[in-house]
Amino acid sequence: MFNINFLKPDRSNLNTFLYLGSFLFFISILDVFLNSFFKLNLTGFLPNFLSFLLPLVLGFVGLYFIRIEYSGIKNLDLLNKHINTNNFNAVLSLLIIFIIIKSMPPILSWFVIDASFAGDTKDVCTGSGACWTYIKVWMRRFMYGMYPNAEQWRINLSFVALVLLGSVGYFATDKFKKYLTLYYVVIYPLIAFLFIFFFISGGPVFFDFSYGIIAAILSIIIGFFIPSKFKFYYFLIVPLALYVILKYFLFFEEYIELGKLDGLNWVETGAWGGLSLTFIISFFCLIFCFPIGMAFALGRRSEFPLIRYISVGFIEFWRGVPLITVLFMSAVMFPMFLPEDFFIDKLVRAIIAISLFEAAYVAEVIRGGLQALPRGQYEAAKSLGMGYWKMHIFVILPQALKLVIPGIANTFLALVKDTPLIFVVGLLEIVGMLNLAKTNPKWLGFAMEGYVFAAIIFWIICYAMSKYSYNLEQKYKTDR
Amino acid sequence: MNFKLKDIVPQLITVIAVVLVFGFFTYNAQINMENRGIDFGYGFLSQESSFDVQFSLIEYDGSHSYFRAYLVGLLNTILVSVIGIIIATILGVIVGIARLSPNYLINKFAAFYVEFFRNIPLLLQIFFWYFAALRALPLPQDAEAMFGVFFLTIKGLYVPAFIWQNFNIFFYSIIAAIIAIIVIRAHAKKVQENQGKQIPVFLISIGLIFILPLLSFLIGGVRLSFEVPVLKQLATTSFIYEGGVSLPPELIALTLSLSLYTATFIAECVRAGIQGVGKGQKEAAASIGLTPNQVLKLVIMPQALRIIIPPTTNQYLNLTKNSSLAAAIAYPDLVLVFAGTALMQTGKAIEIVSITMFTYLTLSISISILMNWYNKKIAIQEK
Repeated sequence: MFNINFLKPDRSNLNTFLYLGSFLFFISILDVFLNSFFKLNLTGFLPNFLSFLLPLVLGFVGLYFIRIEYSGIKNLDLLNKHINTNNFNAVLSLLIIFIIIKSMPPILSWFVIDASFAGDTKDVCTGSGACWTYIKVWMRRFMYGMYPNAEQWRINLSFVALVLLGSVGYFATDKFKKYLTLYYVVIYPLIAFLFIFFFISGGPVFFDFSYGIIAAILSIIIGFFIPSKFKFYYFLIVPLALYVILKYFLFFEEYIELGKLDGLNWVETGAWGGLSLTFIISFFCLIFCFPIGMAFALGRRSEFPLIRYISVGFIEFWRGVPLITVLFMSAVMFPMFLPEDFFIDKLVRAIIAISLFEAAYVAEVIRGGLQALPRGQYEAAKSLGMGYWKMHIFVILPQALKLVIPGIANTFLALVKDTPLIFVVGLLEIVGMLNLAKTNPKWLGFAMEGYVFAAIIFWIICYAMSKYSYNLEQKYKTDR
Repeated sequence: MNFKLKDIVPQLITVIAVVLVFGFFTYNAQINMENRGIDFGYGFLSQESSFDVQFSLIEYDGSHSYFRAYLVGLLNTILVSVIGIIIATILGVIVGIARLSPNYLINKFAAFYVEFFRNIPLLLQIFFWYFAALRALPLPQDAEAMFGVFFLTIKGLYVPAFIWQNFNIFFYSIIAAIIAIIVIRAHAKKVQENQGKQIPVFLISIGLIFILPLLSFLIGGVRLSFEVPVLKQLATTSFIYEGGVSLPPELIALTLSLSLYTATFIAECVRAGIQGVGKGQKEAAASIGLTPNQVLKLVIMPQALRIIIPPTTNQYLNLTKNSSLAAAIAYPDLVLVFAGTALMQTGKAIEIVSITMFTYLTLSISISILMNWYNKKIAIQEK
């Protein structure tokens, strides 16, 4: 028997094949590269069809020549192992390389080279590329919606304050963190909600509450210096006391008049919009849907049949309908269910609707975690004499929640991605603002730029969230 | 006695709370409706609807009833969901397998696709395809034919229509072929279990599914002709294609974005499923002499499917529910036709929203029942 070996490389004639193969491979890539970047067609003399296929054929033959099981040359072996394991893979790899090279020039020229950045009218956008001027001019609208320009510092300040309030936990000591749970579950959502709503919408209501905020922030700051022994009692008494002092003894209405602080104009929620509204809605729904979802997850695993049926009904109902119909319901049906003179703002209605909707998903995720815990955990907790709540708070939930971090993160991601749907109730967050800007007669024809811009922003937010959840998952991973 | 009380009290409180809330709502609704002079009832469904719908699968115009408008919307929703589910499944499986490819480039390409499309809101993608990408298509008069018969224009995709003669005979022949294949498969399984012989089921199946319909052409008198869309001038600058089937751009944008978006999730399910099958299974299968194809078909896939099916069911449900975003680009689905136009005209908020929600609930539940049945069928039969 003899092997036909003249087309197959092996150790003995490796060099010939290596040079020939890499030359062919190089030629094929060079051909595509020149073709796409410089509009040069090296193989223009050939018939159209052949000229189109030639790089693929050349590259394929080249890759075939350099495919060898083990050559001892590090780079070659890496190449063979990763993109050149067999004929099929070689063709696919070549196709992907060609697609990447081919798509580079149009994308680059649209995004950067032919794009216009300068100026602030439509006239500068004459090139074939993107018109980033449009984004630049409309930036404030995309970020803040119809919120008056002069008042936008209120939104910025609220977000800064929220971040500061939220980051209390990061600086707290381990002993202190126990009490922080209370803060995060009960006090923080309340503060955040009222703060954002009353501060951003403005008006006198804000000042009734601003004492509370100042009291809370002051007491937290002082709280760092209180010995941990007294911390619990400190947080029980001091914030309230501070609030009373501030309201009745320290700040008088006259001071506010003096400081012109009362001049905050009322901005109705219909004017809120843009990316800041996306954040506001996702933030509150995220805060509210978690406890509701947890309650229904526990309810679904309750040993009382009636509570169980109610929870199952709730969860399955919300999971079975699309969010858009839920928002429809909140817009047209819900006002019918309330007393006539009782009015809930449409933004609050939307937040309630989305929170309930996402709560059902959170409930299912948490239920998964509860089910995944071995029975031994329940039995051990019970045998220590713990009651239902003690058992769940100290033994079951910490473990179950740890297990379902990826699931919860996915639900929250879905929530952020669902916020554009509030266009149904007439609120315009960033996607809605884009649709509005697109129809402005002065700026027709820039739909693509707007959507690409929003897509990039959402992509960054969502990708960062998923990476963060992955890190969290790794951090809390415990072997069981 | 004490013990029993402890059981009953929490339940009682919950039930009373729920009943109170619902009672409060109903009471208010009654008062509100009385004040506004609206009466509750589903009688409006048989009234004349007097609005038109752009795209419908069944015959419909303004003289038909609201119920028929509801059916039009429902069928359009189902159409988008079914097409979307099919494309998303095919794409998702391909990408999911590509994610596990040893080829670095393919692997990264698939990962890029998944990360890219998964992290952008679906509504934004729908808007992008509809308002930006599909608007860049040529006008009907400038469109170039693809393969000579398809025309992709700004007004939609025009495809040739099939014109059948004796279609029912063709249809029966396909059903006969499918039944024959099922019988042969069952027989082949029996033969293999009893005698250890393998019958080339796959080849026979392919043969059957081609030969029987072919026979129906030769003997049964089935005739098939195509009606190719032809450009027609309406006015000096207005052109349209006549004949053939036209798919509106809304439908294209919606199916495209739904399937591209959902495929990323299905791809992740497929990847997790295949990775979930132990490495030992592959090695064991290879060591008893199965070919790579057999390993995939007989060992990996049956086990992977058990992991893949439940999360994929969820994705199908999501796709069906997400198809309601059609309302944003005016594709006449259930939400737009019924919860939008019909609600505006009749003002029956409670009835219409409840019907719409109930319909989606039914759709979701029927899909999950179907997939649960399939899941049970392939689950491990423990004896």
